[in-house]
Amino acid sequence: MSDWQVICRVDDIPVLGARRVARAEGLDVAVFRNADDQVFALLDRCPHKGGPLSQGIVFGTRVACPLHNWTIGLADGCAQAPDEGCTPRFAVKVAGGVVHLDSGELATHATDLPRPVAGPCAESAAR
Amino acid sequence: MKKLKLVMVGNGMAGVRTLEELFKLEPDLYDVTVFGAEPHPNYNRILLSPVLAGDQTVDEIVLNSWDWYRDHGVTLHAGKKVVSVDRARRVVHAEDGTSAEYDRLLLATGSNPFMLPVPGKDLKGVIAYRDIADTEYMIEAARVHQHAVVIGGGLLGLEAANGLMLRGMQVTVVHVAPWLMERQLDETAGRMLQKSLEERGLKFLIGAQTQELVGNDAGRVTTVRFKDGTEVPADLVVMAVGIRPNTQLAESMRLHCERGIVVNDTLQTVTDARIYAVGECAAHRGIAYGLVAPLFEQAKVVANHLAQFGIGRYSGSLTSTKLKVTGIDLFSAGNFTGGEGTEEIVMSDPFGGVYKKLVLRDDKLVGACLYGDTTEGTWYFQLLREGRSVQDIRDRLMFGESNIGDTGHQGQSKAAAMADDAEVCGCNGVSKGTICKAIRDKGLFTLEDVRKHTKASASCGSCTGLVEQILMATAGGDFSATPKKKALCGCTDLSHQDVRKAIREHHLLTRRQATDFMEWRTPDGCASCRPALNYYLISTWPKEAVDDPQSRFINERSHANIQKDGTYSVVPRMWGGVTSSQQLRRIADVVDKYQIPTVKVTGGQRVDLLGVKKEQLQAVWRDLDMPSGFAYGKSTRTVKTCVGSEWCRFGTQDSTSLGIALEKALWAMYSPHKVKLAVSGCPRNCAESGIKDVGVIGVDSGWEIYVGGNGGIKTEVAQFLVKVKTADEVLEYAGAFLELYRGEAWYLERTVHYIARVGLDHVKQRVVDDEASRRALWARLRAALDGAADPWLASRKADVDLRQFIPIVAVTSEGVLA
Repeated sequence: MSDWQVICRVDDIPVLGARRVARAEGLDVAVFRNADDQVFALLDRCPHKGGPLSQGIVFGTRVACPLHNWTIGLADGCAQAPDEGCTPRFAVKVAGGVVHLDSGELATHATDLPRPVAGPCAESAAR
Repeated sequence: MKKLKLVMVGNGMAGVRTLEELFKLEPDLYDVTVFGAEPHPNYNRILLSPVLAGDQTVDEIVLNSWDWYRDHGVTLHAGKKVVSVDRARRVVHAEDGTSAEYDRLLLATGSNPFMLPVPGKDLKGVIAYRDIADTEYMIEAARVHQHAVVIGGGLLGLEAANGLMLRGMQVTVVHVAPWLMERQLDETAGRMLQKSLEERGLKFLIGAQTQELVGNDAGRVTTVRFKDGTEVPADLVVMAVGIRPNTQLAESMRLHCERGIVVNDTLQTVTDARIYAVGECAAHRGIAYGLVAPLFEQAKVVANHLAQFGIGRYSGSLTSTKLKVTGIDLFSAGNFTGGEGTEEIVMSDPFGGVYKKLVLRDDKLVGACLYGDTTEGTWYFQLLREGRSVQDIRDRLMFGESNIGDTGHQGQSKAAAMADDAEVCGCNGVSKGTICKAIRDKGLFTLEDVRKHTKASASCGSCTGLVEQILMATAGGDFSATPKKKALCGCTDLSHQDVRKAIREHHLLTRRQATDFMEWRTPDGCASCRPALNYYLISTWPKEAVDDPQSRFINERSHANIQKDGTYSVVPRMWGGVTSSQQLRRIADVVDKYQIPTVKVTGGQRVDLLGVKKEQLQAVWRDLDMPSGFAYGKSTRTVKTCVGSEWCRFGTQDSTSLGIALEKALWAMYSPHKVKLAVSGCPRNCAESGIKDVGVIGVDSGWEIYVGGNGGIKTEVAQFLVKVKTADEVLEYAGAFLELYRGEAWYLERTVHYIARVGLDHVKQRVVDDEASRRALWARLRAALDGAADPWLASRKADVDLRQFIPIVAVTSEGVLA
């Protein structure tokens, strides 16, 4: 039984854009809105090098990762061939123009995937 | 909805490529049935020669496995020859009685080898060289027989002769024309080729006319007899005197044929619009093509039309040739024989085995014939296809692309000589071996395919020429070269130029208007075309077209540069590279307050703050209280300056003040690509004006303006535009040049490439010679930039979407409405 949690209004997400949902633990969840007002939720992490998908260009039911332009399907979270890899999906419910995510998933789903690192301490931080 | 029925006759490369292109566009529109006369799935006919030579096996050259047909729901009748088509009932009948109905029929029947009509042509041991069966026959013949005669010294004949020789046969090539490959080579190159092949052990009878083939009692060929009475022994005779479009079926269907099935620009037969013809069997504007590159271009157009987009047009192809005989390098393209109105540049070293001929007409390259060193073949072919003027590089043309300023790959551009583990693509770490393997294993033909599968040349693109060379050497000379007119992206067949033109001529103001008008295939476009369209709209119709932030790359949407960990870098503007203690103090305070991990001085004379979290950006901007440096934009970046006459003991002009004036005039300018400027106060040029999009150098009597320099992937020295007297004139000329660039360049085209495309003369004409044009351009730019708001200091007025900086926090079970 899902415990739906209110996240935002559909209108709070730009058309062909995304918002980030911060979690108590784990990486953010990206919620996307396409031209048909469909809403999708993926872990905000490209399967390639961990780029934040919420910052990409949305088209059709796909998003182009801002780091290396991999194309990720919004419905299945998977990279478009010949690239390979998938990012975890999150269940979404839209009711009365309000976007809901499953609080159980938010609390526990894919909380173990690491954050990409950069900067002078990146090497030691990655270890 | 009931699916339409598509029947394809012929299971070869052109036809199956059409299906592949169709499935990319509309995988479910048709029920597809394919008839193929050969009992094989689609294989790479070009690679029959390496199979004959023993370099590859038949299995290795299969392009589409049996599984491919099954996975795509294609009904394949392999080994069933179609004998008749009932156009009234729209039914196809095969030899064995199999039949299929169609709504659309695609004829891809290829071509037949031409058999010389001489007595004895039907003897055993006399074959053509066309398919797997012929190849296997030749391999078997080479095992048990000794003497082979190949009739025809063209591409195919020589490849067959070479293969048979490598399999141990004594081979004589009979050629009726005065030199080998006379349709691809001029006489000098043809003779060099013959000499080189003779050294390998082939014998040649040039000019010999075959009278008859003589057989023994068992009906097997034994001798070839010539018109002059001479004879040579032959256990195997391979006819390779040419191919003819296979129009037998089409003629029986009463389709109009003339050296091929006559088709229009959408590859529909002129007789029956339901019927398409593609590949070697089709005659388009009087030409039936025999190489793979044009066939693939046709396939794209047919697929587009079958998918009911109907916007593709085929307008003919330029072709190039390369012989697939290991160790022999030859290349030819275009009109290499010259003739009236043409000029030739020739380099000949018969002892070194190198010969190069370039043919020019009206300052454009129209043909090339290379023997012994074909390194530059792809580059010449590119110049040929682009049809650009080579006037400015004419004196260096013969010495190749590496001689006109390619620092990244100089001295290592001989793809064929590279070791397998040598790195080709420095951005993505792709070696030559990886590329060759992908080309062979996955059956790749186009640069796009290689990019997708290996990532080679997919980032900065500087190794594109090298990758094309490898593709050419591996897939054979007839790889699918980049088409002359390149589509903007997969969403359309229109080029950048077409799109710019439509937006201007039809006053298109929004992306939706533009994509509807130009019949985009995708509703929202893609990550490639959206930023381009947005730029074209706002640069063509400033203040009318509305900017769409969601069509901009994230850096321009968030006004900061995204980094590999998803944080951002912040570069505040320092006018002309001049700063102050107050600015530096504020920067230091911001670094401490927000614990910014890295502070770096940039090449553009300012300071980069790296590792800022997105939610901190607005606060960082506010505390810095400095304008945005636009270090993230396809826009004016910096104006680099030296200190100039204010301080420098050598300075002749006040370069700093002019630099600041230029930067203040241009800071809000979006452009096709980033734009960098520099102003130096004397010819010592400490601001490095020679490698900037616009570089200004002060001299005692005024200012020299240079354009089209670049310090990036390929270092390009800027070209002299004009010398002027005053700082105001510099603003006017530089601004006019940049507005011309903004209005005419394609998205992501730097000034150097724009100038190479349109020619410096065009730029000089519009900016220097024509005063009214210059004034108008400068006024237009000022009007477009007037009243622009700084995205950091006045974010709301600059229409920055501020929601992006605030993450939604999902902590309470009630949720938080942002």
